[in-house]
Amino acid sequence: MNWEIVIGLETHAQLSTRSKIFSSASTAFGASPNSQASAVDIALPGVLPVLNKGAVERAIRFGLAVGATINRRSIFARKNYFYPDLPKGYQISQYEVPVVSGGSLTIMVGDVEKTVRLTRAHLEEDAGKSLHEDFKGMSGIDLNRAGTPLLEIVSEPDMHSAEEAVAYAKALHALVCWIDICDGNMQEGSFRCDANVSVRRPGEPLGTRCEIKNLNSFRFMEQAIKFEVRRQIELIEDGGKVAQETRLYDPDKNETRTMRSKEDAMDYRYFPDPDLLPLEISSELIKSIEAHMAELPQAMRERFVRQFGLSAYDAALLTTSRDIAAYYEAVAGQVDAKLAANWINGELSSRLNDQNILIADSPVRPEALIWLIGRIVDGTISGKIAKDVFRDLWDGKVVGVQQAGGSLSALTVQADAYIEKMGLKQISDSGEIGKLIDQVLAANEKSVAEYRAGKEKAFNALVGQVMKATKGKANPTQVNEMLKARLAK
Amino acid sequence: MLNFTIKQLAVELAARRLSSVEVTGFFIKRIKGLGKVFNAFISVDEERSLSAARAADVLLRQGKGCTLTGIPFAHKDIFCAQGWRTTCGSKMLSNFVAPYDAHVIERFNTAGAVIAGKTNMDEFAMGSSNETSYFGPVRNPWNTAAVPGGSSGGSAAAVAARLVPAATGTDTGGSIRQPAALTGVCGIKPTYGVVSRYGMIAFASSLDQAGPFARTAEDLALMLNTMAGFDARDSTSLERKTEDYTRDLSKPVRGLRIGLPSEFFADGVASDVARAVDAAITEFRKLGCETVEVRLPNMKLSVPVYYVLAPAEASSNLSRYDGVRYGHRAPEYVDLVDMYKKSRAQGFGAEVKRRILIGTYVLSHGYYDAYYIKAQKLRRLIAQDFTDAFTKCDVIMGPTSPSTAFNIGEKAGDPVQMYLSDIYTIAVNLAGLPGMSIPAGFGDTNLPVGLQLIGNYFDEARMLNLAHQYQQATDWHVRMPEGLEEP
Repeated sequence: MNWEIVIGLETHAQLSTRSKIFSSASTAFGASPNSQASAVDIALPGVLPVLNKGAVERAIRFGLAVGATINRRSIFARKNYFYPDLPKGYQISQYEVPVVSGGSLTIMVGDVEKTVRLTRAHLEEDAGKSLHEDFKGMSGIDLNRAGTPLLEIVSEPDMHSAEEAVAYAKALHALVCWIDICDGNMQEGSFRCDANVSVRRPGEPLGTRCEIKNLNSFRFMEQAIKFEVRRQIELIEDGGKVAQETRLYDPDKNETRTMRSKEDAMDYRYFPDPDLLPLEISSELIKSIEAHMAELPQAMRERFVRQFGLSAYDAALLTTSRDIAAYYEAVAGQVDAKLAANWINGELSSRLNDQNILIADSPVRPEALIWLIGRIVDGTISGKIAKDVFRDLWDGKVVGVQQAGGSLSALTVQADAYIEKMGLKQISDSGEIGKLIDQVLAANEKSVAEYRAGKEKAFNALVGQVMKATKGKANPTQVNEMLKARLAK
Repeated sequence: MLNFTIKQLAVELAARRLSSVEVTGFFIKRIKGLGKVFNAFISVDEERSLSAARAADVLLRQGKGCTLTGIPFAHKDIFCAQGWRTTCGSKMLSNFVAPYDAHVIERFNTAGAVIAGKTNMDEFAMGSSNETSYFGPVRNPWNTAAVPGGSSGGSAAAVAARLVPAATGTDTGGSIRQPAALTGVCGIKPTYGVVSRYGMIAFASSLDQAGPFARTAEDLALMLNTMAGFDARDSTSLERKTEDYTRDLSKPVRGLRIGLPSEFFADGVASDVARAVDAAITEFRKLGCETVEVRLPNMKLSVPVYYVLAPAEASSNLSRYDGVRYGHRAPEYVDLVDMYKKSRAQGFGAEVKRRILIGTYVLSHGYYDAYYIKAQKLRRLIAQDFTDAFTKCDVIMGPTSPSTAFNIGEKAGDPVQMYLSDIYTIAVNLAGLPGMSIPAGFGDTNLPVGLQLIGNYFDEARMLNLAHQYQQATDWHVRMPEGLEEP
């Protein structure tokens, strides 16, 4: 019997304002405990919150990016509960009327496009941190994080596999970084997800959901959801019932376990915060933010397909971040755009991933790649040799290129000289290639016989031999053609 | 010096016939001596006050003083003042020394005024008699067996007893006007948003508003000039042009229309209070004012509405007193929840606990709509009544309190009776309007009666004008309790 998996995600994106959402204290990560907690953050008697406009602008930017409704009037509410790292005894959040309603996000699951609807996005403040170690039976409270602005983004239950959930989370992560409202640093907790997971038989009403809290890596999210789905299905198939509860994922054991059940659910006694007036957003503000918005990834993806003739898959890869897209556009504007896409998504991206380097810090700058692709296209070097040259560029062995900086002409002089010096130029002299082919055919009679007997593979072996004899420098197209001609005789 | 107003003191100080050290020393001596019997102060710090006085004298010598420079003021212990213990009348904050100044304190400091001390108050401003203070009840200077009203009872008593020339207070449901009435002094609660709440310990945020106590309307205006004004640290502070609240004091009041709500003169008001208020109205007629009857049909709902909304906000506002970061923490506990329970059980008094319980209840799932939402709707109706009334009149007048000061202990066991003593003042807070109380004679037991003036939004200057003109024609405001002449 098959099961349908239903997943909705709640994501907390820490907004990239320099100061907190209701105080002027810094939001910088990693300061010594309580050094960034102002009178407002520690909730001294008599202090009052003042809303940070930067947080509101970022929320609006997000709303515009996902085609949502920006509510002209939204309300801050108090969510009341006691916890030592919640200094006021309540969290200021938005409850009945959030700043952003609706919207959607188009994601790529493999090479299939899918749209996930968003329910809402609201502004709220983060709590501090409780530290339960190193205090000899006591707990330490660090309120540096208290009051950090968060945008909680809630999706509809539109995802039906762990892969889709991860694809959504990745697309959302890319988007909030793209529009520059969040630094996206998951290790520091700037982007964290809670997953609501349930299973049902197709056609039946939604099953009882469990919420898995604080998934702070895509890998853990995938593992946690997969485990949870398996747990729920096994439970039901064994005649049990899923209980609505909040669960925690333990990456060491790769399992989720109960954190609190619905019966323990707190009554948060939400009510409008009387210290803050309703948040009124003017159409002028929305318009001015809209006017300064950069092209969004989806629009850019579609443009890349249209303008450069890329596949949707390649275009999606090239729009995973603004830096990648900018790199690509710098290169694609100068040379063959498809080749540029192949090189960036292939060689460059695998190097960057291997060494965990951001494209902004890539040792091979766009100018160098423009030159390299240019030299492939004009036949100066073969594609195979180009990979070696790329490696040398990466390793800084092409002396003078770094010094040439961003100037393409200066770089070209240095890099061309390097190819010359290393003898890497492609051999396109048909006389020379012909001589080599004759030698190879003479030395590989067995392969020749096999090819003539109809074995296509033998042909490739012969090409390989010719290429080997030239240390990969022969023009492969030329080798192919000439070899075919010779063998046809 | 005993009966000098702020206006007079300012003249003496500017002319350097008196120094701030002399004035401050004189009043602090009264606070520490004769004043003890009233228990009007929670904290006095003579050295700190005199040091501020010396600084003020330097300013005055350099001719850099302004009206309030060098004058000692008492502040309700609800205002955070840097370096001063700020208790809010509670055991919970009995060890809390404020590390920053409230906006109001900052304004007085900037003006070169001296802090004479922090006054006693009902715990977290919850009370109408000053009996809920952790530091003991305040006694009424007119009769020490009687309450001074609350919650700003200490400030009112301090001004009435001439322990200070003037003081600050806060008013959430009548906490300036009712004690002003019961102690025979003047007090005004401005329009909500006129004085910043920053640094003023919150009771019910949507109702709390600071204001001055003094012996004359003119002094109130001078203090308001310092206290009022926009403050970006309070999101409910109103951005308005700076006003001179003294500007209309001398204007004739002829032709102004006084609205008399029938609800203010119905059953429930003591006959001696009604008599004094009638006499005051007659005086205004003599000054050329017209009177017109108005209706406030929803005013009767103001007490129940208030006792839903104020406790709801308070239950949340007081959650920060959890013993974790400052304030009282139980000396012994077994775990976190036990620490919360014991710290709060020990730190809060009975009335505060009662209101936290009420507030928690009305905000609870399943009750929120029936109580909180309903009360908010009624709040709008109550405000609308006033808007309608002000189409017919320029100011509303009536009694501030249904009776003169009651005795200590008389209502302490009956919260509803206690709550009803604010029946005439609460609606004003719910509507966010300015309200004022001025002395208007005495009742049967020779205790003061207060006349309440309610203005339209931002009409403080007109209310002060009416009060000032009344005080030019009458002398109730200069009467002094007996036995206070000795320093």
